[in-house]
Amino acid sequence: MLRKLHGLPGLVAALLLVVLATSGVVLSVVPALERSGAVVPAAGELSVAGLAERVITNYPGTEQIARSLSGEVVVYYSQDGQPGADLVNPLTGEGIAPYQPSAFVRWVKNLHRSFLMDDVGRMLAGVWAALMVLICLSGAFLLARRLGGWKAMLQPIPGSGSPRIHAELARFAVIGLLLSALTGSYMSAVRFGLLPEGASTEPTFPAEVSGGVPAPAGSLKALKNVDVNELRELVFPFPDDPTDVYSLSTTQGSGFVDQATGELLQYQARSTGSQFHHWMVRLHTGEGLWWLGLILGLAALTVPVLSFTGLQIWWQRRSSAISLGENASIEAADTVILVGSEGNTTWGFAKDLQNKLNQAGKKVHCAPMNDLAVHYPKASVLFILTSTYGDGDAPSSASQFLTRLEHFQPDDGLEFVVLGFGDQQFPKFCQYALDVDTALSNKGLQHMHPLTRIDRGSATQFREWGEAISERMGIPLVLTHNPAPAVTSEFELVERVDYGVAVNAPTSILRFKPLKNSRNLWQRLPFQNRKQLPDFEAGDLLGVAPPGDEAARFYSLASSASDGILEICVRKQTNGLCSGYLHSLKPGDRIAGFIQKNPGFRPAGGTTPIILVGAGAGIGPLAGFIRKNTERNPMYLYWGGRNPDSDFLYQPELGRYLDDQRLTRLNTAFSRSAENAYVQDAIVADETALRHQIEIGAQILVCGGREMAAGVRQVFDSILKPLHMDVEELRTEGRYLEDVY
Amino acid sequence: MKKILFALGLATVMALPAYAQAREVTFTTQLKNYGGDGAYLALYLTDADGQYQGTLWIAGEKSKYYKHLRDWARGSGLKQAEYDGLTGASVTSGRALKVTLELEDALIDSGYQVRVDTAVEDMRDNRADVVVPLTTEGSGKTVSGRGYVQSFVYDLK
Repeated sequence: MLRKLHGLPGLVAALLLVVLATSGVVLSVVPALERSGAVVPAAGELSVAGLAERVITNYPGTEQIARSLSGEVVVYYSQDGQPGADLVNPLTGEGIAPYQPSAFVRWVKNLHRSFLMDDVGRMLAGVWAALMVLICLSGAFLLARRLGGWKAMLQPIPGSGSPRIHAELARFAVIGLLLSALTGSYMSAVRFGLLPEGASTEPTFPAEVSGGVPAPAGSLKALKNVDVNELRELVFPFPDDPTDVYSLSTTQGSGFVDQATGELLQYQARSTGSQFHHWMVRLHTGEGLWWLGLILGLAALTVPVLSFTGLQIWWQRRSSAISLGENASIEAADTVILVGSEGNTTWGFAKDLQNKLNQAGKKVHCAPMNDLAVHYPKASVLFILTSTYGDGDAPSSASQFLTRLEHFQPDDGLEFVVLGFGDQQFPKFCQYALDVDTALSNKGLQHMHPLTRIDRGSATQFREWGEAISERMGIPLVLTHNPAPAVTSEFELVERVDYGVAVNAPTSILRFKPLKNSRNLWQRLPFQNRKQLPDFEAGDLLGVAPPGDEAARFYSLASSASDGILEICVRKQTNGLCSGYLHSLKPGDRIAGFIQKNPGFRPAGGTTPIILVGAGAGIGPLAGFIRKNTERNPMYLYWGGRNPDSDFLYQPELGRYLDDQRLTRLNTAFSRSAENAYVQDAIVADETALRHQIEIGAQILVCGGREMAAGVRQVFDSILKPLHMDVEELRTEGRYLEDVY
Repeated sequence: MKKILFALGLATVMALPAYAQAREVTFTTQLKNYGGDGAYLALYLTDADGQYQGTLWIAGEKSKYYKHLRDWARGSGLKQAEYDGLTGASVTSGRALKVTLELEDALIDSGYQVRVDTAVEDMRDNRADVVVPLTTEGSGKTVSGRGYVQSFVYDLK
């Protein structure tokens, strides 16, 4: 619902919002420009009487003096029957330049408030401002939900590409955008009479004036009492009309001044409502608040990017929506699959499960979790496939599930299986799946198979789960869904460097080059070739399926697209099908593979110290991060191998990186050498320095086997203890990242 | 006095056969290309001394800006009764405003003046942009304004 509230207005509004925002950006610099050209006397330095006196000396035909909130003073005068307007220096009363409001600014202003379409356009702009309020609020709520609460709003945002850019920009711009949109909506509502304007109490023209001989403007008491910085407007009496008066309007109120006695007549202070209105307008325009204008302008500058990335996200989400195949009705189904999905990824797995169950002769009903029926008359198994949103919340297609579950009437003997999808790197891995599992148990349903959690859409884990289910149900069930793109590219091995054979840990650095795909003319066009290699960075994954196997294995990339090659570091596992296959490759051999983004495992940018920890082949992406550290930010590598003479991976490269300071320091530990140490030992040995680094904000990235990662966590927990922190806390701040296999 | 205002107040209601002594007058106000937003105009009658007598027409829909039509505002006291039913849209830069009204015969050749005040957002306010006596002789004679008004003419029928 929240997502729809954000997306639908966004889609409809995008184009005109970009117009509103871009014109707003242009207008936002006007107050600052005006301010920079204005002469602003110090408070108490000059009264309106003084100003009037100086101006009259230079402009005997003065009719009106106006001061903008930015401090510009404009004199309107008549000379020989011809009207004129000059910008003047209030301290001298001398003209600076003829006053000619910019036609460009006026045009932009009209574009901004009415799309150049008068009242219809003004109404449209008002509606758009209100839409913007809706988009800002729903967006803020969405982001808070995604990050796990309002307190987490400033934490690093996981993810990459459009969603990341969208969220990063929006969270800083949202306050400015909300202010602009709210005040804009208000102004529009007032304009069309939906809101009261705050009674603008105009003083009535005095019924009686002294009618005496006019005194010089500079001597008038009421004008002497007003500081020039409070002046808005002073209108001079009509020449030679003793019954006329000065009209004075200040930031505080307005009234009239007798031209003979200098008395203030009929003065009306601004009402509270009028003050409020005045401030709403100023908060929108930045008039007299040039710094606010610039901030609002900066915020508005993000709108075109937000619109573009927003549309991209919407499109991606739309195109990943999967239509279901044959679907049995609720009444007829013997098997029910309910899907909890945010971005439609889980549907791919559900569809595979449904198809394979159909093939095995089951009558399967598959639906979003929100469509949970009260009763499934013929069902014997209920599958729940669900992801988790944000900090353990329900994904959008499951938001109503737990509420609906209260009215659910399961038959005796209805068994259930929960399959959770998530990312192990997040603190609450598959939390929502766990909650649903508990809720179903509490409802009295029996487990057919215990809860299983799938990490990052692993096709292997899904297949293994399918095997277990197949056994339980006594039907063949070969699950092959792989969320990774079916489109693979061909890569040719160009180089391999072998290590570790002597210490029984054969590990190779494999370097592949992408092959030019020359299947058709279109792809052979020159500009197509550049696009041959999909974009990737060190830390992303290369998916490779060994021949005769559908499920891909993933290897962390040690190189970036800009290097022109794909570099992975692979340890040959005993009986490892895929690692064995890769190790059997000779230069010139070709493999099929694809890139999977892994944005959750990237060093933070900027000058944050980065602590890299790895063992064995886990050094791959870490070496890639160091290679890319051309800005020479502090990077420390802790790495564990077996023997420096045999499996010291990347030894020559690391030496070079130390020399050119891409790597600040290297700490190694070797388990089958004289020192007999593991990477944990190297970390402990450096405890004090590490603690200091963490205190000043360091980020830790760990890559390697599961056991090593557990050991490293333990060691860091004890290092963090004196700081009253732990790994879990760092993890929620995005400062402890793991890539574990 | 009351009678004049009364007659003026009804003047917009097209033709009024009941007023045998009424004459149809068309006021045409051509604006310059002053290059700003739509102008607010006040057409009104004063006596020979410039004392406000009655409103002919107000161009501009937002009454909160009427105070910028300075002399008219002062004379009319911005009382709604003075301009009720006598308002229309503001006039775009370079365009003309044409208003046809029924005026009592007694107002013509009696020393009354037609005046026009003009104002534009973010630009100057012009008091008495046009001042012209309302006479049979003056009918059809174009005068120029000193503010946003390029030319002004009234035609007695």
